[in-house]
Amino acid sequence: MSAATSAAEVSSQQNRIVTFWQSTNGKKVVMAVTGAMMFLFVIGHLLGNLQVFEGPEKINAYGHFLHSIGEVLWIVRGTLILAIVLHITATVQLGMRSWKARPIGYSRKEAINSSYASRTMYWSGPIVLAFIIFHLLQFTAGYIHPEASFVEGDVYHNLVSGFQVWWVSAWYIFAIILLGFHLRHGIWSMFQSVGLAHPRHTKTLKGAALLIATLIVLGYISIPISILLGLVK
Amino acid sequence: MKLTLKIWRQKNCKDKGAFATYVVDNVDPEMSMLECLDVLNESLIERGELPVAFEHDCREGICGSCGFMINGVAHGPERATTVCQLTMRHFKDGDELVLEPWRALAFPLIKDLVVDRSAFDHIIEAGGYISVSTGNAQDGNTLLIGKETADQAMDAAACIGCGACVAACPNASAALFTGAKIAHLGTLPQGKPERDRRALSMVAQMNAEAFGNCTNIGECTGACPKEIPLEVIARMNRDYLLASCKKREDVPTTITPGFELSAKR
Repeated sequence: MSAATSAAEVSSQQNRIVTFWQSTNGKKVVMAVTGAMMFLFVIGHLLGNLQVFEGPEKINAYGHFLHSIGEVLWIVRGTLILAIVLHITATVQLGMRSWKARPIGYSRKEAINSSYASRTMYWSGPIVLAFIIFHLLQFTAGYIHPEASFVEGDVYHNLVSGFQVWWVSAWYIFAIILLGFHLRHGIWSMFQSVGLAHPRHTKTLKGAALLIATLIVLGYISIPISILLGLVK
Repeated sequence: MKLTLKIWRQKNCKDKGAFATYVVDNVDPEMSMLECLDVLNESLIERGELPVAFEHDCREGICGSCGFMINGVAHGPERATTVCQLTMRHFKDGDELVLEPWRALAFPLIKDLVVDRSAFDHIIEAGGYISVSTGNAQDGNTLLIGKETADQAMDAAACIGCGACVAACPNASAALFTGAKIAHLGTLPQGKPERDRRALSMVAQMNAEAFGNCTNIGECTGACPKEIPLEVIARMNRDYLLASCKKREDVPTTITPGFELSAKR
């Protein structure tokens, strides 16, 4: 009897999660939470990277530190990969749904109340994903390092040598700007998706989202620009 | 005023449909958009042609019957205005106006500019009742409701269900409509007892219908003739999230929609 009850409870619990995931609102909550996790990574990664301005010893030591904590690093990486997979799965499923929801399009349609960033999420997302794959292969794995040399463990050398190639830097800057657009909508949109909105605070939040996105873009692109200008060598 | 109207003509949902161009040269600037169509229809009837079908009722901007796209904007260029309240003085002599019906799988076309918005009725139906005691009406001051709460509920209750939010949304999402209905009943004490069940049922029905999903971009609130704030969508998300965690009963049952997304495009 008790076993039957608990089995029913388990199935009802599973049912609950499945129902939540199957609803568009539930998927948006998942996208908000996974988006927030990736946003935290973007900030952490920026703070780590900015150590390049403190010289080779500092950033190389930081790289060694990350590798020395082995298991913890892989837990973080695993969580991020899971977040990315969930974020993309939800996006694709929701995108397909919306695409089907308007089989006959308008002959003419004007956007009157939305930001450019919000309308281009389906473009900025995939391009940033392509960039991340390229970026990991270049700086984490070292498989591709066009017109540059890769030395395992010498973070500073890899950065400088990689970004001295103008088109690698240009692609990096382009992708980071798109990431900025994605965040400019995403940072405030995640609050809306989990149900937090207020006429007064939302305004502040939108302003903060724009400011944070801009600071993140400036922070990241300062690295390739400094390297191209020869300020960091 | 002389206007060129490019109007979507379609006999029924099976017909393919196409734009037809009409020149109306006796447009009074004080006419409403619908009166302008009345004038056009008079001349079409005189010529023995079929008049343009469009939905209308009160012509005071409060019933939610009318609505179509004018030059790519739901209800036309004036904010917070339905097409019945949109006067022709907002256009210039010689302008070309493109009139197109709401386009969404969930809103199948009936004729010309008229679409079937039964999907909205299903969502309302799913919302169910609010608990009100029968018998004599109780004293008006028994339930005290703060001004801000009353305003919030009233802002959401202003929704007339015209469908402009779905039409303006690039995803054809009904989030603003459903959010408005959930917010206006859930904010007031009279709607509190069923608040969780209402959020679950209405959201379930919204997702059962052939609407897209919300991407929080805000085109809906820009097109809304009643200026329903985007905040009601957050309210729906919050109520749905909390109710999903709290609920003890089974999944709410939904009404079978007329059109399903799983159907082939």
